[in-house]
Amino acid sequence: MKPAPFAYADPTTVEEALDVLTAEGEGAKVLAGGQSLLPLLSMRLAAPTTLVDINRLPGLDRIEAGPNGVRVGALVRHAALLASAEAAAVQPLLGRATANVAHPAIRNRGTTVGSIAHADPSGEMTSVLALTDGSVTVATPGGRSTIGWRDLFVGPLETSVHGPAVVLDAFFPALPARSGTAFAEVARRKGDYAVCGAGVVVTVDDDLRVTAARAAYLSVGLVPEVHDLSGAVAGKPVDSADWAAAGALASGLVDPDGDLHASADYRRLLVATLTERTLADAGAEAVARALEAS
Amino acid sequence: MTTKLFGEPVRRREDARLITGQGRYLDDIGADAYAAAFVRSPYAHARVVDIDVTGALDVEGLLAIYTYEDLTGPLAEPLPVLIPHPQLTHPRTGYPLAKDVVQHVGEAVVMVVATDRYVAEDAAALIAVSYEELPVVVGVDAARAATHAVHDDVPDNVAARHHQETGDVEPALAASTHTISFTQYVERSASMPMEGKGVHARWDADDQALRVYTSTQASTSVRAAIAAKLQLSLEKVEVIAPDVGGGFGVKIVHPWPEELLVPMAARLLGHEVKWTEDRREHFISSAHERQQRQEITVGYDEDGRITALDVHIWHDNGAYTPYGIIIPIVTATQLVGPYAIPVYRVRVDSVFTNTVIVTPYRGAGRPQGCFAMERTMDRIAQERGLDRAEVRMRNLIQGDQFPYDQHLTFQDGRPVIYDSGDYPGLMAKLKALVDWDSFAERRAEATARGRMLGIGMAMYVEGTGPGPYEGGHVQVLGSGKVLVSTGLTSQGQGHETVFAQLVASELGVPMEDVEVTTGDTRRFGYAVGTFASRAAVMSGNAVALAARGVREKALRIAAEVLEASPEDLEIDEGLVQVKGVPGASIPLRTVAVLSNPLRYAFDEAAKQATQFAGPGDDSKPPVAVGDAPGLEHTDYYSPIRSTFASGAHAAVVEIDPSTWEIDVVQYAVVHDCGNVVNPMIVEGQVHGGVAQGVGGALYERMAYDSDGQLQNASFMDFLMPYASEVPPVVIDHQETASPLNPLGIKGAGEAGVIPGSAAIASAIEDAVGRRIATMPISPTELYDLVRSSADPVTNSQTGAMA
Amino acid sequence: MTVDLERTISITVNGVPREATVPVRRLLSDALRHDLGLTGTHVGCEHGVCGSCTVLLEGSPVRSCLVLAVQADGQSVTTVEGLSRSDHQGGQVLHPIQESFRECHALQCGFCTPGFLTTIAAGLDARDPSVEITEEEVEELVGGNLCRCTGYANIKKACRHAAETMRAEAGR
Repeated sequence: MKPAPFAYADPTTVEEALDVLTAEGEGAKVLAGGQSLLPLLSMRLAAPTTLVDINRLPGLDRIEAGPNGVRVGALVRHAALLASAEAAAVQPLLGRATANVAHPAIRNRGTTVGSIAHADPSGEMTSVLALTDGSVTVATPGGRSTIGWRDLFVGPLETSVHGPAVVLDAFFPALPARSGTAFAEVARRKGDYAVCGAGVVVTVDDDLRVTAARAAYLSVGLVPEVHDLSGAVAGKPVDSADWAAAGALASGLVDPDGDLHASADYRRLLVATLTERTLADAGAEAVARALEAS
Repeated sequence: MTTKLFGEPVRRREDARLITGQGRYLDDIGADAYAAAFVRSPYAHARVVDIDVTGALDVEGLLAIYTYEDLTGPLAEPLPVLIPHPQLTHPRTGYPLAKDVVQHVGEAVVMVVATDRYVAEDAAALIAVSYEELPVVVGVDAARAATHAVHDDVPDNVAARHHQETGDVEPALAASTHTISFTQYVERSASMPMEGKGVHARWDADDQALRVYTSTQASTSVRAAIAAKLQLSLEKVEVIAPDVGGGFGVKIVHPWPEELLVPMAARLLGHEVKWTEDRREHFISSAHERQQRQEITVGYDEDGRITALDVHIWHDNGAYTPYGIIIPIVTATQLVGPYAIPVYRVRVDSVFTNTVIVTPYRGAGRPQGCFAMERTMDRIAQERGLDRAEVRMRNLIQGDQFPYDQHLTFQDGRPVIYDSGDYPGLMAKLKALVDWDSFAERRAEATARGRMLGIGMAMYVEGTGPGPYEGGHVQVLGSGKVLVSTGLTSQGQGHETVFAQLVASELGVPMEDVEVTTGDTRRFGYAVGTFASRAAVMSGNAVALAARGVREKALRIAAEVLEASPEDLEIDEGLVQVKGVPGASIPLRTVAVLSNPLRYAFDEAAKQATQFAGPGDDSKPPVAVGDAPGLEHTDYYSPIRSTFASGAHAAVVEIDPSTWEIDVVQYAVVHDCGNVVNPMIVEGQVHGGVAQGVGGALYERMAYDSDGQLQNASFMDFLMPYASEVPPVVIDHQETASPLNPLGIKGAGEAGVIPGSAAIASAIEDAVGRRIATMPISPTELYDLVRSSADPVTNSQTGAMA
Repeated sequence: MTVDLERTISITVNGVPREATVPVRRLLSDALRHDLGLTGTHVGCEHGVCGSCTVLLEGSPVRSCLVLAVQADGQSVTTVEGLSRSDHQGGQVLHPIQESFRECHALQCGFCTPGFLTTIAAGLDARDPSVEITEEEVEELVGGNLCRCTGYANIKKACRHAAETMRAEAGR
């Protein structure tokens, strides 16, 4: 299990990176944390002709947390995002989801943006980008553009970013007022890719009644999907909301596949269970935040 | 008096190098060696039509490509059937490189040698092999149906029909008050040591000799196999097992194709060659174990006492049978466990499938046998409305029945006669350890939390330490250093420590002076290998006997010098002294010097042994008739038959009915391996075994699709437990010495894994009230089970019958 | 901007500047083992799951099979061979976790051991030694590496033992 031959460049500016990607053409691939890419290389399931290592690009290792959201640079490691109190304060889902990414040694090297660019439907951060209605900034020779998550994720391990391009950052909008979040997953072993995972956001009104409940799931579809579950719980006081009904609603909305570790039916069960559990937690948090703000 | 070492938790001597990165594993050897890589079959069953290597020829750094056509002499013949047996009527083995047909995904077809492994893989990727696909047989049921044949000339796919019986089972069943019949399955797992296999070979053109390092459990036999296959005289081949990163059975098989091909290439190329197996190769070309279909009929009386047991097992042996029918025999004979079964018949049909070969993985057929017997006990308890512990108690062999003859023939060809044990004692300790009788309260507490709690137990008897023999050599040097060697190999069991403890105890020397070498044919040429929980029993007794021989000689020589009778001498801290006469002593190292009469004084110590050093007895030759120079002794231990260890495990599982996740919240072990040399090491063996038992019960499974593709050939999808998946283990010990060997010990290596699936299946069944008839089981399968029409099961309230 | 097939890299390994010329596809694990001769780092799966090859890159545990050697150019790497520390007399003493592994029988075959040692050592060094270690911390420290021999009980025990040793040292 050794990678097939490839050429390597480690540009120090985005322009340089784009030049190399352009020059090397179709076979060139961007390398950031490498925690998903290197196993594919070693198993010879991927054989790029050139790796363009962006680890030396300056300024991409920053987490910028502002009132509108959190911008995570392409070289921010999972571990750094997990440790960022500023990021957690603006969008608590980031830390909660990142804590579920593999094991510490992987989190020390793997990048949040890289896992989004990898577009693995079982990855935590793809779902979080979707649930928060986030976007990525992409640099191409033609300039920089922002791509919303709906346009980004095209299929399993496939994004709409083609040709010479570097994803520079991901932007996760802030958690709205009077809202709470939760994230949970079921994995066969702790640290494994989730058999099923759920991230949710619940928003309440001033009377602490649910106004919205949305959920995104891991490992249940080909691309991250966000489901609006408000119908099952909207208008109900948080403490008497029928979260189980929302779970049941969710399990009917998803269309998971079966694999070695879980049947489609089992995944549907987990969607229901995890939805119910996370919504209850998120609802409680929404109430707490609403009370705090008032 | 020298500190008593036997029975002490002495810290391991191996560790000093292993915790500092100074171990020497296979891939650490031969920095300048060429690297081998293999082109392996992508098909489970296919005819090799053509091999086109032209694409690879331009790869810079390519040194050689070998196919079957390049094999000559015995190398071109099929690999050996290591353990022939009259009931193995259709043994089949592959070739070192596929000849015409490949029988499983991963079978080696072409070997490439290049300057490094990267380049070797590049070249391998450019070799085009064309295949004609053949029908594929996967799983025991497909093999049994025999719609297709794995080997053309074995149309029913049956390699062997193993059969043993202790009486006439059919009338006994007919006469039984009650009978039940059922079928159950165990799935495939694998040893999966953290270090894969590997071979390094160096050809010495001047000596016309070969030195081979291999990550093996059987270096002496690898040596013999290489000599035979490469047509070298035995003394021209040295085989050394360096530090080995785990074995668990898979490295007992030999010669692996690579163990022949790498030396062949080293000789042909006149350069060191090394092959380091990668993880994917290990999954698809090393061995697996465990899959069986078990058809069981049991007869029993009103009280739940077994009157007759009839078992028909279909055992998946994979594509070939290099290791014979050892696993079927072990399952067949160990199945009866600690119970007195009046009439027992077992038939094991060992069948071919187009999958990786099946050879022993820790437990080697015992976990399956235990699963059959223990699940039978649970069924009887349920049918009779009895506590599961009570049914077991009623069927246990009692203390006054030893030696107990099961009237079966074990894997060593010897009778299954249990040497000693205390099975009711195990049960009593286990019940106390898990508080079996008050489980109802715990269950109620869990129910209140919305969780399903269940408890299960399983007992086993394990034949350990089978022969034919092991040997030991002990030599005291003039420096005082004591060299110990034995031929069997080590894969983490702490032999360097345990054998040093034994020799230091027997010889009366400080342990620091003792140096142990294992698995090096340069040091000890006769050995069998490390498997079947035999190392401590076999080599332990052998090195102890060798040490006793040295002691006897040392006392004889010292007695002359000290002008005392040998009986009046003792050895303590390396000093031979007259008992009760302080000062009347001679260091053992001096005895060693004197034991070798010299002409030449090459150092100060040697001077004492030269011919003018002191007054001699001119009436005797310097070396007495029948004696030999040197303070050393070689001895062998060859047991009359195996010794039988035993144990009982219990598991408590907690299940979340909203996710069907299964959490083993408590795991209890009562363990009896006779006298214990080093309790720290024995406990470590138990811990490791239990983790593999839990893995086999809940996580690990080789998932083949119907095309024979292994779908989870990586650590991402083959789920070996991390620390987070292994429950806390509580252990209680019982020591029933074996009367069969001088040290009274029994083997401990495999015990921990044996009852895992049986106990955990019992616990899950107890928790969810549905019959568990297949292991392992995952949450998704449990979810399917509870929604199915599977038998509802009710266990009698634990403790109700007490 | 150069695109290379081979590069000469400089890595400070266990405090010693080392240089090697490697193909750019060389994994850091292979470079350490085969180009620099530090065979204490073991390769168990080469797909980042087992953790045997874990080394410290700029002080943080990473899987060396998931890093290219060229990516470590100009950085510092600590392997199991470099875990020992200088004592007051300038001699080398083992890291407390190394001593604890021996004391608690936390290894059997020893193949996975270097990955556990580097990971746990970094974790213990990064925490306040005066605070008693929690079970959650222990689980986190040992939870990402596979061991097939020990069943982990004694590895956890060694973790607690080492933390205790460091606490005693800190209190002195």
